Amino acid sequence: MTDTGAAPDRETLLEIYRRTMLIHRTDERFRNLLTQGKLAIVYYPVRGQEVVSAAMMTALNQDDYLVTTYRGLHDQLAKGIPLNLLWAEFTGRATGTCKGKGGPMHITHPETGVMVTTGVVGSGLPIANGLALSSQNKGDGRVTVVCFGDGASNIGAFHEAMNMAQLWKLPVIFLCQNNKYGEHTAFAAHTDSESIVSRAAGYGMRGVQCDGNDPVSMYTAAKEAVDRARAGEGPTLIEAMTFRMLGHLFGADFSYVPKELTEAGIAGDPVPAFRERLIEMQVSEADLDAIVAKIEADIDAAVAYAFDSPFPETDELRIDVLAEEIAA
Amino acid sequence: MNAPAKINFIQGLHQALDEAMGADENVIALGEDIGDEQGGGIFKITKGLSAKYGRNRVRSTPISEQAIIGAAVGAAITGMRPVAEIMLMNFVTVAMDQIVNHAAKLRFMSGGQTNVPLVIRTTTGAGVGFGGQHSDMLEAWFAHVPGLKVIMASNPADAKGLLASAIEDDDPVILIENIMAYGQTGPAPEAGYRVPLGKAAVAREGSDVTIVTYGRAVLDALAVAEVMAADGVSVEVIDLRTIAPFDEATVFASVAKTRRAVVLHEAVKAYGTGAEMSSRIHEELFDTLKAPVVRVGSSYSPVPFSPVLEKAWIYNQDQIKAAVGATIDRKARG
Ligand SMILES: Cc1ncc(C[n+]2csc(CCOP(=O)(O)OP(=O)(O)O)c2C)c(N)n1
Repeated sequence: MTDTGAAPDRETLLEIYRRTMLIHRTDERFRNLLTQGKLAIVYYPVRGQEVVSAAMMTALNQDDYLVTTYRGLHDQLAKGIPLNLLWAEFTGRATGTCKGKGGPMHITHPETGVMVTTGVVGSGLPIANGLALSSQNKGDGRVTVVCFGDGASNIGAFHEAMNMAQLWKLPVIFLCQNNKYGEHTAFAAHTDSESIVSRAAGYGMRGVQCDGNDPVSMYTAAKEAVDRARAGEGPTLIEAMTFRMLGHLFGADFSYVPKELTEAGIAGDPVPAFRERLIEMQVSEADLDAIVAKIEADIDAAVAYAFDSPFPETDELRIDVLAEEIAA
Repeated sequence: MNAPAKINFIQGLHQALDEAMGADENVIALGEDIGDEQGGGIFKITKGLSAKYGRNRVRSTPISEQAIIGAAVGAAITGMRPVAEIMLMNFVTVAMDQIVNHAAKLRFMSGGQTNVPLVIRTTTGAGVGFGGQHSDMLEAWFAHVPGLKVIMASNPADAKGLLASAIEDDDPVILIENIMAYGQTGPAPEAGYRVPLGKAAVAREGSDVTIVTYGRAVLDALAVAEVMAADGVSVEVIDLRTIAPFDEATVFASVAKTRRAVVLHEAVKAYGTGAEMSSRIHEELFDTLKAPVVRVGSSYSPVPFSPVLEKAWIYNQDQIKAAVGATIDRKARG
């Protein structure tokens, strides 16, 4: 591979690590609270996919746009939504990003570019085109990233959006997080081609497959795609190879995943591997521990903030349906 | 020297789009075949606009309804004001996810942080001979979804004024156009003309019965009112103009006065918007009514092809007359 100048430097890698650990520890805390019965929400774990988002979003600016899915906690954290607001929304509080009216599957936070989180598989791709179209018309230089799973690539909207984005050379990046399963259906049971990325060629689009668990591979692919989109060179389909280390939903059955695959997934856990890599690069253990300690303290504060916050008033039912408040 | 200018629906809609695009560069149009290279839309409503405003603002699209509405939703939440054309109303079925799950709900689900100032223009109507898949009136579907506004004009000036208001509105609006009405002419409004959303018009004043209706059916209601006036029955016709949100104030005031009501629409009668309107009138004015509200709509079958069947499918003026008569005979009975 030629050196494209897109590889992360030491400082960038450390930033990716910080975001990785922020995701990793937040996800862990949600699962702990659910296990303890202190929280009762439908939760889609992101364990195993931390590096994909951390590296992708580090390649973006704060005002670049993001569209993500129900399994979006990692994307939202990496894009920079403040922890307190995110925790409050996930727990349905009035102080959340969306006043408790969106919830985990519908997070929006325009200040950090998170424009849409959708619970409808594959439906984010056409919307991402619209965000990118707006940037193209306005010349504001923003790039849009849309995240989705391997299962989503079989929805009609995927194909319509890919064709339109390439036709119009939109500044959009389609980030398929191929975690090898769509709910309970294995990749090979829903798709008979070797990869998702091979489909890019069918639209005349640039496609890149990368190791989503490797921060350098992931960041390099992300940065190249961002630079091209910003330069007006059009969209990229990135297929980031990763593994969902837990069930589709928190608490869901996971036995349908073959033992060898789970074992390989655990062996390929991106989180300890990243730490080892940084230590090899002479980053001190103390510095890495300090990053995590700060994150833990922030999560403690965010959990307290969320649980101390009020639930929304029922009047909210009449507000934000239309611009004008509607009748009771 | 000059007779007062007349325009048809196509001209009214074109003028509203042209004026809006001229006034605000955030107004863009998307749809199949809408560019000048493709003829300016199947009904020529966008003709000349891509030449005037460029292909970034008048985007002729692939046949991709989900992608059209999705792109419009995405652009709208960044503050643009897209006008998306769905060539024929039956094809909104392909884009329902984007309309119902996204356009309608993003304002609410985001807690008001984003909103979707989007207009979806679409056309339909029985009588063209298109058969089952190009003629449906699906307004009840959209009126049923909180977060959407649904409008339909009965004359060219209203078409212009409603579209202009819809483009300026901060919520998603679905404008239904009737192919059979496109050629109908009427007085041309001046530039900048607006018809407010959510406000019905009294298309004809009367004292005995109110017909609540919208779109092309307003013309049939007016024709029936004319005929019945000769028989001494005074019919008031309310042109809703906005189907959702429903202008209760105007409708209730009229029915409180006439104490009888007929609801009329081209969509099939069963489960239609007429059921909602009838029910609301009953709930509010039951003690005032001299007779139950009667609904008139089309037959509960797909729109047929054969001209004889198609004519039999759609409501007719005799049925409207009979419905009006039924509300009056009832009073005579007691
Ligand atoms: C249109 C649609 N169909 C079905 C579902 C139910 N569903 C939710 S997640 C999911 C699996 C999606 O898999 P994938 O796209 O690979 O994403 P992942 O969950 O692995 O991140 C399904 C079938 C849905 N939400 N939307």
